[in-house]
Amino acid sequence: MPLSPEEIRSLQAKARQLRCDMVDVTVWAGGAHIGGALSMTDVLTALYYHYLNVKPAEPGWPERDRFVLSKGHGGVGLAAVLADKGYYSKDLLKEFNHFKSPFGMHLDGNKVPGVDASTGSLGHGLSMSVGMALGARFQKQSWRTYCLLGDGECNEGSVWEAAMAAHHYKIDTLTAFTDRNHMMIDGRTEDIMSLEPLAEKWRAFGWEVREIDGHDYAQIGAAIEGAQATKGAPTMIICNTVKGKGVGFMEDQVKWHYGSIDSELAAKAKASITGGAS
Amino acid sequence: MTEVTGTTWNVYDANTLTQAEIYGRVLCDLAEADARIVALTADLARSTKIGVFQDKFPQRVFNVGIAEQNLFGIAAGMAKSGLLPFVSTMSAFASMRALEQVRTDICYQNLDVKIIATHGGVSFGQAGTTHHCTEDIAIQRSLANMCVIVPADGWETANAVRAAVLRPGPVYIRLGRGFEPTHFENDDYGFEIGKAVTINEGTDITVIACGVAVYHAAEAAKLLRDQDGISVRVLDVHTIKPIDEEAIMAAVIDTRRILVVEEHNVIGGLGSAVADVIAASGKGCAFAKSGLPDCYSEVGYPEDLYSHYCIDGDGIVGQVRELLHREFEADEDWQDEH
Ligand SMILES: Cc1ncc(C[n+]2csc(CCOP(=O)(O)OP(=O)(O)O)c2C)c(N)n1
Repeated sequence: MPLSPEEIRSLQAKARQLRCDMVDVTVWAGGAHIGGALSMTDVLTALYYHYLNVKPAEPGWPERDRFVLSKGHGGVGLAAVLADKGYYSKDLLKEFNHFKSPFGMHLDGNKVPGVDASTGSLGHGLSMSVGMALGARFQKQSWRTYCLLGDGECNEGSVWEAAMAAHHYKIDTLTAFTDRNHMMIDGRTEDIMSLEPLAEKWRAFGWEVREIDGHDYAQIGAAIEGAQATKGAPTMIICNTVKGKGVGFMEDQVKWHYGSIDSELAAKAKASITGGAS
Repeated sequence: MTEVTGTTWNVYDANTLTQAEIYGRVLCDLAEADARIVALTADLARSTKIGVFQDKFPQRVFNVGIAEQNLFGIAAGMAKSGLLPFVSTMSAFASMRALEQVRTDICYQNLDVKIIATHGGVSFGQAGTTHHCTEDIAIQRSLANMCVIVPADGWETANAVRAAVLRPGPVYIRLGRGFEPTHFENDDYGFEIGKAVTINEGTDITVIACGVAVYHAAEAAKLLRDQDGISVRVLDVHTIKPIDEEAIMAAVIDTRRILVVEEHNVIGGLGSAVADVIAASGKGCAFAKSGLPDCYSEVGYPEDLYSHYCIDGDGIVGQVRELLHREFEADEDWQDEH
């Protein structure tokens, strides 16, 4: 069922709060991959607050939907979402990056409840997702697997090996997202290693492909529901996004791939996110 | 062998520049004189500090995107066609993600590719285990033809990069992230691949170290001298392969107690390389290895991790004190062998 206007408004409010949380964690951590966390926030919000079938009180629930953050450097974003969902206390995030904290820039699935795979080295997540989805099929389970990739990450050959396998095994319970913010560390994706025509590449690999505005909840919702209804093929949802989305001075800036912020800048960032609203 | 140290080179202050920044600058100098030199990276031009090279020689930089296997395969092809590729990426990706390309494309074909592996050990502490690399020395030294160097600081990095150009075949140089303290005061101390540097003379025990552990070993030696009156020899074994057997055996014979310290798993690294030499010699000595005790690293700032894994001054002091009391089967004929 498409998201209602009311649901969309509430997801948008949630995303504003989560983006502010991510800013807080960036301050506590002494620096984080904030740009790419902000660009994927709306997809994460739609998943965790509407579509994912999970039980935060029981992170290991066998029938839960799986979510793999293949662009593992977005850990600061996922960590904030999982705290808000109640997997653990937000207070724990004050120790982010500190000695022996369970939380480092790239989340360790053995230490952080709710993290289905330890990622951080790019190009691993989609293969693990294919394996999870095959595991579900083999065990006649109906849960779904979701995987979120960076666009720069799609330079990795292993992504395409997984793409081939997902098509070969006709894994229609697998839905992947590409956070198409057009940026990587050293610059814009098309300048460093061009990806276009990206949608056609995925189609040529046998995937059902949807291209959407990754900050528009009606489109995110429709794409996920379309993927859930698709039979016989995996779906790739290419989410056109803005790196640093929500924080005016970070938007579309290469230098905010990874950055640190003090409390003064954090206040500015939050003002930009909430724009007076909350 | 051509001198790599001394006044013929530009001097880059290791107290103000990171190891990787020095690498970028030295590579510029080398590239002025050698048109074969090209620089490659995989979306880590900024992190591996080859920006200065890129500004100066934009045509000679190849940033292949986030694709490390392709990166090393391309470097192999370039070397085959007569270029001299310097490839920089984080050590985790250079030694694990692209291992087979490094082994089969580069080492097996004995190609002239120089690998600059940054963020070695736990130097990228907060990033967590995916971005730590405490396996690379073990991996790289098991590749035939590969020369493995772990410079102590920025000064030694400059020397190692210059020496790598003169040495035919593949070379792996492991750097930190850039906030490590420096040991040397300049680069003019007679660096040579495969020759350990004696940092401190000593007769009671020898601490063998590489990378950032050299600085900490030197600090520990001072403290042990002042507080315990112990005479500690400190060897900077910057080249893990080919290793300086002579310096190691001299240390065994002179001091009979050997502690090896490295920012690496205790399995397979410098400690194991030193143990190989000692075991083959048939000499007994008190021996210990310090590093990560075969575990995945914790998250945290590098200083905290160095302290946790006993790679810092205090940790080394504690281990030296312990090793001084360790019993071993002494062989009294040794004195004759000098
Ligand atoms: C295998 C591997 N190579 C290199 C890196 C270093 N790295 C971390 S983030 C990043 C850029 C990622 O770009 P993208 O996937 O587009 O993510 P986003 O822009 O959304 O943050 C790189 C190269 C890594 N984590 N893993």
